[in-house]
Amino acid sequence: MNQMTLIPITQIPEPAFKERARQALNDDQLRRNFRIAMDSLMTKRLAVMSDTDERERLREMGNHVRARALSKLPDLLEKLEDNLTRNGIHVHWAETVDEANAIVESIAKAHQAKRLIKGKSMVSEEMNMNHVLGEHGIECLESDMGEYIIQLAGQKPSHIIMPAIHMNAGQVASLFTKTLGTEYTTDVDELIQTGRRVLRQKFFEADIGISGVNFAIAETGTLLLVENEGNGRMSTAVPPVHIAVTGIEKVVENLRDVVPLLSLLTRSALGQPITTYVNMISSPRKSNELDGPQEVHLVLLDNGRSQAFADGELRQTLNCIRCGACMNHCPVYTRIGGHAYGTVYPGPIGKIISPHLLGLENTPDHPSASSLCGACEEVCPVKIPIPSLLRRLREENVKSPEAVPYRLRGQGSKFSSKERMAWKVWSKLYASPTLYRSFVYLATRFRSFTPGKAGPWTEHHVAQKPAARSLHELAREHLEESQ
Amino acid sequence: MSARSNILAKLRKSLDNTTPLPDDYDVELVTKPWSYPLAERITRLRTLMEAVHTETYLSTQEEWHTRVEQILNERHIGRLLIAPTTPYGQHLIKQWQSRNGTPTLKAYDRPIEEWKAELFNDTPASLTGTLGAIAATGSLVLWPNTEEPRLMSLVPPLHIALLKASEIADNFYTFQETHRWRDGMPTNALLISGPSKTADIEQVLAYGAHGPKDLIVMILKDA
Repeated sequence: MNQMTLIPITQIPEPAFKERARQALNDDQLRRNFRIAMDSLMTKRLAVMSDTDERERLREMGNHVRARALSKLPDLLEKLEDNLTRNGIHVHWAETVDEANAIVESIAKAHQAKRLIKGKSMVSEEMNMNHVLGEHGIECLESDMGEYIIQLAGQKPSHIIMPAIHMNAGQVASLFTKTLGTEYTTDVDELIQTGRRVLRQKFFEADIGISGVNFAIAETGTLLLVENEGNGRMSTAVPPVHIAVTGIEKVVENLRDVVPLLSLLTRSALGQPITTYVNMISSPRKSNELDGPQEVHLVLLDNGRSQAFADGELRQTLNCIRCGACMNHCPVYTRIGGHAYGTVYPGPIGKIISPHLLGLENTPDHPSASSLCGACEEVCPVKIPIPSLLRRLREENVKSPEAVPYRLRGQGSKFSSKERMAWKVWSKLYASPTLYRSFVYLATRFRSFTPGKAGPWTEHHVAQKPAARSLHELAREHLEESQ
Repeated sequence: MSARSNILAKLRKSLDNTTPLPDDYDVELVTKPWSYPLAERITRLRTLMEAVHTETYLSTQEEWHTRVEQILNERHIGRLLIAPTTPYGQHLIKQWQSRNGTPTLKAYDRPIEEWKAELFNDTPASLTGTLGAIAATGSLVLWPNTEEPRLMSLVPPLHIALLKASEIADNFYTFQETHRWRDGMPTNALLISGPSKTADIEQVLAYGAHGPKDLIVMILKDA
């Protein structure tokens, strides 16, 4: 594995984000790959959501279903736990990614497991599970084709739904030739068959299967997973043990609640009316059944989610059903790609969830990396007001770190007493006509003393200089002359 | 304090002085746009499933086994995995036991641990029933059980599914309600809407990712 595997998850050194964004902008191939992919995903989504009335009403309903679940989250989590336990599924709770990894590791150790096969799971990316378990001598292999490709390349996902979207077939072909020794071909069918052949053997051998969860249904104690490839089913049905890892917000109240959410998820994500597989798991293998895992575990991870939950406005971040539509429609994401963010979740949703997972001190520039164009909010299937939440995080980011009530980890990471002072002066000036006129009089008369350098502004712009006379003055003169 | 109690305490504190939102579930919205006259359900199901490379055939209770035999022979598949105690399994055993030639039948009658390698390496095709189907999304509903285990519809490269035409529902909501799913879910329930596929490389659609490369649906006219 090369250095990329070790992209730090818990500490993002600044100005790494800006620097990575700059590099991405200069990478023509990367920009072409993303532009083509995002255009296609936007078109596909619209094709299956062409009935505006149905789409908008369903988005409203999706929002209500998620908001209702969050409005009784602790009760639903307990109900989910009760029902899963009754069905024979072990439930574990973890406040931090370290705790979650320790749980998975202890289950693996109890079974003397050395080979784990993983369906797609973004929460396991949060945990950096492959790396952490690898350090303990446990192989954790990705089985989603995109995830497998980037694991071979020693990279991280650049999109939550299409992890290898930044690569083209030629790049995958070279990678397979280098790492698997296969003949170079850019035929996608052949490349996929290579992946199938290698991974079939891995499914066969695996001691434990790992998966994420799309919806955890409290009413019935059911874990619902969507996928197209069959690797999720393989990971959860073939190995003798299945461990699902998920965030505490993924719970929904009733089974019927998944009907609108499922439709919103697959249509928004991929433009598909449904994915090839919808896999609903409610218990381990029963005594008279012939296959399926003997043991099923669910790890519920907090990792900063309860911080977002504590604030009524920021709580809406947790509505997210991880469809990726906000990324596909984001002009910033399309231009810089997923890796530039340096976080597990890139794009608009990444910018509003990462500060809770990692702290604002580790993501100080994320809330600002947006033009606030609003495309993300317009397409979000559960109507998360992403631009408003970005503005809110920007405010939290310049608050005094000592300000009470203390809300967010790393709040005030961009606080500057100079800037604060400048705004105080500005507001005084603009609140008093006398002060304002005196200031403008002086600024225009002594304009030759205006500094030639004004921070980052003058890096790319000519320094601003006041005019010889202010507009107020000129207007006043004009009015006097015409009387 | 355990992680569990810490998390729940934090969440509860955040909800102090709030009331849970009411359940304003809009049944009409998830059913009305997705309802079809009886005859159209088969057409819609076939159209949607064929759009994602599923082969569908209309057949009858009496002659489906002949069609299956023909399909397998055309593909030079010599062995078919069946669930021997199900009505479909019984039917095939009865129809094919007296004749010589291919395909032969392989029964899934032992725990997977006893024949895992054979399932993975030497089982080219399987045949299962279905609990029904969903016209809105073009999905089969499978409810694997002790007789018909879940790996049957997953590991063999060709999966043949039998579906009674009368069991095609309009949409997922109606299906859940008709079958009263909320009163009890099985170990594993599945919606299957085609052969396995991926678009993970350059968004080029490729079939046969990890699950079956081919899915054939026999729709049996029974009404």
